[in-house]
Amino acid sequence: MTINEIQEDIIEEFAGFEDWMDKYAYLIELGTDLSGLDAKHQTESNLIKGCQSKVWFNASLENGLVKLQADSDAIIVKGIAALLIRVFNNQTPQDIMNADLKFIDEIGLKQHLSPTRSNGLVSMVKQIKMYGIAFNHVSK
Amino acid sequence: MTIDIHKVRKDFPILEELIHGKPLVYFDNAATTQKPRQVIDKLTEYYYKYNSNIHRGVHYLSNKSTDGNENARIIVQNFIHAKHSHEIIFTSGATESINLVANSFGEKFIFEGDEVIVSELEHHSNIVPWQLICERKNAVLKVLPFNDRGELMIEKLDGLITERTKIIAVNHISNSLGTINPIRKIIEIAHAKNVRVLIDAAQSVQHKTIDVQDLDVDFLVFSGHKIYGPTGIGVLYGKEELLNQMPPWKGGGEMIAEVSFEKTTYNELPFKFEAGTPNYIDAIGLGAAIEYVESIGMVNIDSHEHELLEYATEKLLTINGLRIYGTAKEKTSVISFLVKGIHFYDMGMLLDQMGIAVRTGTHCTEPVMQHFGIDGTVRASFSFYNTKEEIDVLYNGIVKVCKMFAVK
Repeated sequence: MTINEIQEDIIEEFAGFEDWMDKYAYLIELGTDLSGLDAKHQTESNLIKGCQSKVWFNASLENGLVKLQADSDAIIVKGIAALLIRVFNNQTPQDIMNADLKFIDEIGLKQHLSPTRSNGLVSMVKQIKMYGIAFNHVSK
Repeated sequence: MTIDIHKVRKDFPILEELIHGKPLVYFDNAATTQKPRQVIDKLTEYYYKYNSNIHRGVHYLSNKSTDGNENARIIVQNFIHAKHSHEIIFTSGATESINLVANSFGEKFIFEGDEVIVSELEHHSNIVPWQLICERKNAVLKVLPFNDRGELMIEKLDGLITERTKIIAVNHISNSLGTINPIRKIIEIAHAKNVRVLIDAAQSVQHKTIDVQDLDVDFLVFSGHKIYGPTGIGVLYGKEELLNQMPPWKGGGEMIAEVSFEKTTYNELPFKFEAGTPNYIDAIGLGAAIEYVESIGMVNIDSHEHELLEYATEKLLTINGLRIYGTAKEKTSVISFLVKGIHFYDMGMLLDQMGIAVRTGTHCTEPVMQHFGIDGTVRASFSFYNTKEEIDVLYNGIVKVCKMFAVK
């Protein structure tokens, strides 16, 4: 599936939730289910330290596709990280580079990605894009 | 007299707001308090009718604004019972007040090998300015620790003070734990050894009556916005004899007596420390806030908030897995807590969805968090306009969050 198709899927899924509790319960579920990061990747250099929560993030390039892993100490943050991974994992660097990230706004989670909310997610999105650019350069 | 809560709440327009469609429960008062109409109206009135740059103006409006500003100074003076109105310096807030003392007092009195003592319980703004001056002067920063209840280990203070100790800077009330510190005792111990004391009263002027002469404190600082006044205005109180010895910190208009390229002489107190156009309208707003607080009565405020603290503490502790950080005997209406297995960010986000405003994180007191071995807490802080019904909403909210995490 393309990045946009996955985003459309997520938007549709969230449209089905009747109230905020369902939405957040789902994020908690996603956060709990995300396998997180292998211990060897839980390093200081993979740590994005917000003053509210921590995010560990790792990216690699395998067979021309970007592989992403993330973890967080806050479950809701981890749940949103799981959605970001669902959108960007196994995509090509070029598609990631050119992607328009729109689902976060549309499912009403924009507040978690405001630059002033230092939960690590904004930096994670920036890093995904940076890896897209870097890997695109490498694979050329 | 007790507080007429319905009447009081009507004074604060923001308390009628709906957040995510639910009535606002504002429990972030230690970060900033809401403003009563009396303050908002005063600000509006001055902008509508009297605004003009103060001091040295010859026209009607300038005199009117100047009078307002200087009257506010007298209101602050009486509020903390300072001997002179010129011992009240208007700053942008407690942080700037501490920076002023650290820089100006530090410039004059702190030298290589000297010592400054702060406590482990301080807000970063009462740590970092001292670290900066200590670094610049090759002085030493020492730390008075606290015990696991969050109480300063006052018995260790005497041993920390040496003949090189120049100043002790501690808060009156801890912003993250709510501990009320024994400042009278601290000042006595310090003065017995000729050491100066700065009290950070940012978390106490809105809860407790303060008398700087009775305390014999050398410096005392607070912020306007935490006592129902505007943001961007704060106070430094300093003893006249000390302020007179201290050099100006910032240069500019208003703080000078005469300027030439060969030599500039400085204005008298308090203007020596108020360079540039002062924030006079917010100073006037602060005056209005203090008058409002006095009309409610500090004794009434203290007793209502204490009742809320006791009610909330007892109620929240019935929640399985909830731990309160900061269990000092002497406490104000601040409850820092964590529920086992639930991150403070998650708790804060979900409570927000229910219209409940709490603060999460380190509360600018990382050493306090390090003491407890945690990354942060959820902090609910109460004001006299809060009610027991609102605490019930918080209780139900936390229980709801716990349930959401239990069914994962």
